[in-house]
Amino acid sequence: MLILARKTNEQIVIGDSIEIHVIEVRGDVVKLGIKAPRDVRVYRREVFDEISRQNQEAVVQSPGTPVLPRLEGSDENS
Amino acid sequence: MLEIQTKAYGPMTIDERQIFTIPEGLYGFEEFQRFALIDAHQKPFYWLQSLEDPNLAFILIKPSVFRTHYEPGIELSDLASIGVKAWHETVVFALVTIPSNGSFITANLQGPLYLSKSSNLGKQCISPRDEYRTKHNVLEEMAALQRGGR
Repeated sequence: MLILARKTNEQIVIGDSIEIHVIEVRGDVVKLGIKAPRDVRVYRREVFDEISRQNQEAVVQSPGTPVLPRLEGSDENS
Repeated sequence: MLEIQTKAYGPMTIDERQIFTIPEGLYGFEEFQRFALIDAHQKPFYWLQSLEDPNLAFILIKPSVFRTHYEPGIELSDLASIGVKAWHETVVFALVTIPSNGSFITANLQGPLYLSKSSNLGKQCISPRDEYRTKHNVLEEMAALQRGGR
């Protein structure tokens, strides 16, 4: 992993189209500005981890059909 | 028509149009890309059955079942990689978790799954909006909806 030291208002450029700006450093919190093309997805790591964890939990465990609750009043059709 | 093995119903014959490829996989399940979308015997649920592992299956629900306005802030450009050019080509689903301890079922509105009816490709997206979380109590929100809330 490349490790760079940066000060407030300094930047890092990744490739041709991604810029990371150090906006503010206060205590152990660093505020970053990220400029990237629309198709580059930028998320906090925890969000990725949370969705992965929830997907793991969502895997149906029981061998047969789990008992699905009857949703009254649902007129949803495919 | 195609015969597949399903976790829910054993061997089953499905139509080619029920097969969806999720090129990037679901988060945490990147190695599984081919799935069948199957109507659950019990509405309004669907099964997302892995074609690569008969043991891997998820339950899906359309957010519209318990939410009148679900706007996760996903852009069309986020779905360009699965060939989507217009919203009407897509169907959005939430992954459902049914806890084995009998606790209430939840739906993940933070990580919606988009399937394209035209390309038969899919992608799990991440909502940038804080109001959507990974565990929404489906029955509670349905009850609120029927009371005229939301």
